[in-house]
Amino acid sequence: MNLLVFYILAILAAGSAIMVVTMKNIFHSALFLVLTFFSVAGIYVLLNAEFLAAVQVLIYVGAITILMIFAIMLTHQLFSRSLRQVNEQVIPASLITFIFFVLSVVALAKTAWPVSGGQLPEDRIFEIGKLLMSEYVIPFEVVSVVLLVALVGAIIIGRREKSGDTK
Amino acid sequence: MTLTLIIIQIIKVIAIFVGLLTAIAYTTLFERRMVAFIQGRVGPNRVGPAGLFQPIADAIKLLFKEEFIPDKANKVLFSIAPLLSFTTAAMAIAVIPVGDSITIGGYQIDLVISDLNVGILYIFALSSLAVYGIVLAGWSSNSKYSLLGGLRSSAQMISYEIGLGLSVVGVLMLSGTFSIAEIVRQQSGSILNWYFFKQPIAFFLFFVSAIAESNRIPFDLPEAESELVGGYNTEYAGMRFGLFYLAEYCNMITISALAASLFFGGWSGPFLPPIIWFLIKVVIFLFVFVWVRGTLPRFRYDQLMRFGWLAIIPLTLVNILITGLVMVLKG
Amino acid sequence: MDYGYGLIGIFILFGIVFVIFTIFFAGLLRPQRPNKTKLENYECGEAPMGGAWIQYNVGFYIYALIFVIFDVEVVFLFPWAVAFKQLGLFALIEMLIFIAILIAGLAYAWKKGALTWES
Repeated sequence: MNLLVFYILAILAAGSAIMVVTMKNIFHSALFLVLTFFSVAGIYVLLNAEFLAAVQVLIYVGAITILMIFAIMLTHQLFSRSLRQVNEQVIPASLITFIFFVLSVVALAKTAWPVSGGQLPEDRIFEIGKLLMSEYVIPFEVVSVVLLVALVGAIIIGRREKSGDTK
Repeated sequence: MTLTLIIIQIIKVIAIFVGLLTAIAYTTLFERRMVAFIQGRVGPNRVGPAGLFQPIADAIKLLFKEEFIPDKANKVLFSIAPLLSFTTAAMAIAVIPVGDSITIGGYQIDLVISDLNVGILYIFALSSLAVYGIVLAGWSSNSKYSLLGGLRSSAQMISYEIGLGLSVVGVLMLSGTFSIAEIVRQQSGSILNWYFFKQPIAFFLFFVSAIAESNRIPFDLPEAESELVGGYNTEYAGMRFGLFYLAEYCNMITISALAASLFFGGWSGPFLPPIIWFLIKVVIFLFVFVWVRGTLPRFRYDQLMRFGWLAIIPLTLVNILITGLVMVLKG
Repeated sequence: MDYGYGLIGIFILFGIVFVIFTIFFAGLLRPQRPNKTKLENYECGEAPMGGAWIQYNVGFYIYALIFVIFDVEVVFLFPWAVAFKQLGLFALIEMLIFIAILIAGLAYAWKKGALTWES
């Protein structure tokens, strides 16, 4: 049963990912991206990582893709013309992608996937919170600085767009 | 899991779904009667005794209305948007317990579709999905009013989503769990156990954010009829329009149920059966929704956004820090 | 993974079937007489001027950008909140620093006028 659900979700994720890069309409691409993120969240649920699944939906589906959709909606006439998804460099690009694909398959096959033993903790989010405050406290505080830098950067970029000298 | 258990569970799912639909239908009537009362009118009272069949008449009317998709619209997305809007709204009810667990035929049955251990996160994830129904409706109509309404609405919803998320953090700190049934159980016993008395500021911030999140008056700028005709659903008619309407009322019910469960002890109460207590509390919150609608004028858009970012969010953060401080001092 | 998610799946299925059924059923009942004027976009009874897919106020985009950052903050606060009871003072101070840095960001955004609406 779990395996069946996994395959459905995996096919959905991969299939919609392909749609993202082949759709002619950029708005449709963004929506297929939502579907991809969503299926990945489903796989997280399957792996007992509910918190990660919720975060995936909250951040990737609920925030980042919304940001993309806003960008599309606010850019002049971007979605009324259809996009070309291929250009002159299609042959070298596919060659490089193929090499990368082969390399990743080889790497995946060669890696031993260690499975940590022991039971899953009963309250997993609780454990995440505890780890965040003890073992990973430095990365946690660094995250806030990174977010601050991102915020400042976002405002600077946003203000330049507002005054209208780009685009 | 035996066959009996599966059947009981499926009957439970059906019962909650039918109950939800009935509740939505009668919330519309409740709102119309109450707004009429506030405005010194009578309200719909012709269909059936005291207008009780009005929702049925409304449904029949919507079924017989002609629908058309504008020529310039994106047809597929135009049809998907109301579906998305309604299902995301309805899904949220799945983790809200309507009563304590009961025992049927030796099985313990929770009166909730599924008491997830990430219940609150699940609701937030859904509320972030709800934006899509509106964005899709606004964009696919290819109408200026719809698109502007959709943009306004989604910017408003994402802004208040932060306030909504941060305002429950205080309750999470006290309860130490995401499971809504567990939070309700912690509040049972005495009225003083209600988290409202420990987190009053959080409750008000939660409720204001929730009203804004569901695009209701006084935060109903996305559908401000005097400037945007109908907002994101301008081009919709008939049953597709009806689904947006249902979604709005469904959101109201979810928020009322959530407010009752997180801050007012959910199903717990003396003498009466748990479900009755739960319903009483939900109806009180629905009344507050209607009351606010009947009383307050609409915000201006810049006021709305400033209020969300510069009042609600800083206040929730201060509330979290005060809660933390008190908890540490108390040990 | 327990069967709780399965029940939610069934619930969603009911929702989707209900929606499709009502739309299909309404399709059988309702009149269907479209004409060219009806299929035009609504613009208060006037003939529509141009399409709707034009550029709107960029201000919306800035809100979305700031939202992404604060959404990440909320996600970090959640596990901290449920574990807080067991963590005590040290965790409070850590979170104080975290929130203070982000409030500095919010103050900066406010100072720069990114949170106030201009047309």
